[in-house]
Amino acid sequence: MSVEPLIKLENVTKSYPGVDQPAVKNLNLAVTPGEILVLVGPSGCGKSTTLRLINRMIEPTSGRIIYEGEDVTEGDPNELRRRIGYVIQQIGLFPHRTIAENIATVPKLLKWPKDKVRARVDELLEVVSMDPSIYRDRYPSELSGGQAQRVGVARALGADPDVLLMDEPFGAIDPITRDRLQNEFLRLQGELKKTIVFVTHDIDEAVKMGDRIAILRDQSEIAQLDTPEHILTDPADEFVENFLGSGAILKTLTLRRVKDIELSPLVTLKEPFQRDQALRQMSDANTSVAVLLDRNDHPTRWIDEKALNRSSALDRAGRPISVQLQPEDTLQDALAAMLTTAAGMAVVVDGRGHYLGGCTVESLAQLLIQTGAESSSS
Amino acid sequence: MEGVFSWFDYMSSRTDLIVGGLSQTLVYVVLVTVAATVTAIVLAIVTLHQAFAKELVLAISSVFLTIPSLALFTIFIPIVGLGFTPSFIALYLYAIMPILRNTSTGLDSVDPSVLESAKGMGLNRFQVLTKVQLPLAWPVMLAGIRVSALLTVGISAIATLVAGGGLGDFIKSGLARLPLPNSLEAIWTGVILSLVLALFIDSLLRGVGRFTTPRTKKA
Repeated sequence: MSVEPLIKLENVTKSYPGVDQPAVKNLNLAVTPGEILVLVGPSGCGKSTTLRLINRMIEPTSGRIIYEGEDVTEGDPNELRRRIGYVIQQIGLFPHRTIAENIATVPKLLKWPKDKVRARVDELLEVVSMDPSIYRDRYPSELSGGQAQRVGVARALGADPDVLLMDEPFGAIDPITRDRLQNEFLRLQGELKKTIVFVTHDIDEAVKMGDRIAILRDQSEIAQLDTPEHILTDPADEFVENFLGSGAILKTLTLRRVKDIELSPLVTLKEPFQRDQALRQMSDANTSVAVLLDRNDHPTRWIDEKALNRSSALDRAGRPISVQLQPEDTLQDALAAMLTTAAGMAVVVDGRGHYLGGCTVESLAQLLIQTGAESSSS
Repeated sequence: MEGVFSWFDYMSSRTDLIVGGLSQTLVYVVLVTVAATVTAIVLAIVTLHQAFAKELVLAISSVFLTIPSLALFTIFIPIVGLGFTPSFIALYLYAIMPILRNTSTGLDSVDPSVLESAKGMGLNRFQVLTKVQLPLAWPVMLAGIRVSALLTVGISAIATLVAGGGLGDFIKSGLARLPLPNSLEAIWTGVILSLVLALFIDSLLRGVGRFTTPRTKKA
């Protein structure tokens, strides 16, 4: 890559007195501006230590840390930390300070004028989708886990640093909220274009969040550093393969989106229609299920033959369509959606809810087999 | 009933003595509490990151509490003479331990993730201490200060034995003259005024706590 790295670790080693093996051994790592670099590895591999070396929460035993082209290995670590956002799993909001005061921490340390701080706090609360007029004067004990994590991110962004270091930021949050926060964070990153170093032990999270992933083994040795696609389809060695687990190909589903595959046309029914004609359409298409559209082309229900043959009103026949996919959803979402319908297919709609087409298990299977073949031949 | 009337008579005919004793005890309480608080907080901060020194200082301050008060009040007489000074020293040594222990505990019990994030945002050690640790530890510290203040009210009655004055004077003179007239009234005066003073100081410090404890919830 020709772009000058924003952060560079050069031959960094960290050893602790009384311990034979160094925690981090002779590590070289370059972080490109604007990327999310995920450090992932089994526990105890030194990934957190590596992250904390960057803002010198841990001082290296030897080696150099270059930040924005400047050697920051020596000098005041506090100055450096004010230029780097830092988010940890437990968040660590100040319980005796309001949300606004928490977010204002670094701007105040940098002695920003009061009204600039105030404006910045409101701006950041908006950025993390929290209404400033509601949350500004609240205290951390009054927030849910997900809200606290948002405030943690807002606080890290306080003085608009170029770099965010995130140590398992979503690790302590329930799976549903975590998924939402991850999506929100990716959307945010699309706008902010920060340079992010992200630590996790969860390979799924790494695949989802990372532009590049560094898989680390003991002593923070880089086993493989590449894009998620390359790592999943072409693991460098047995260690990486084992770490990815047996579902590596399945994980590629999180990298592709519904819009990347060709949609299959489903049999659609729109009132008014003839029962016989509908049945004929379904048998022609060799399917037992059709999608009922309402007047505005919104898919509403799954209709099968049995439902058609019953005399009950159509708006109560069959089963309601509970999950709809959008082109931006990942194929993993698509798979989950298909599994919830017994039909093995899912409906894809556009942003306004209009029917676009269908997504079937067969088309996904085709894609997976193709991916598997590609990776084993390469 | 008769006893109560004679006690009121006793008190009302000696208001100057009572004011004198009361204010002497109050002087002890204020000076000792302030001095012990400053000492304890400084000691707790200095030994914050040194586990051994912290334990040592706590152990020494605890030893003072185990010395019988009579001994501790008299031990300094050869050096500083009688009166206020030996009493002050003894009370001061007693008062350090509760504040020191609570300050150490309070500083230690600040959530490590809060300290980690404070450091990670670039607060230096002094800022972490003054902006995060001390405010969060303050309610626990204040509880220790309250204990020490009350301790001082109670033990300061011993000061009379080394000519240190205070409300103990009434108790001592009453005991010495028992069962002569007014001896019981004198003892009651000393005991009850100590009690009233203790209650007053306690509620005062509780009020201070309410005003100075950092909020963690919107009102």
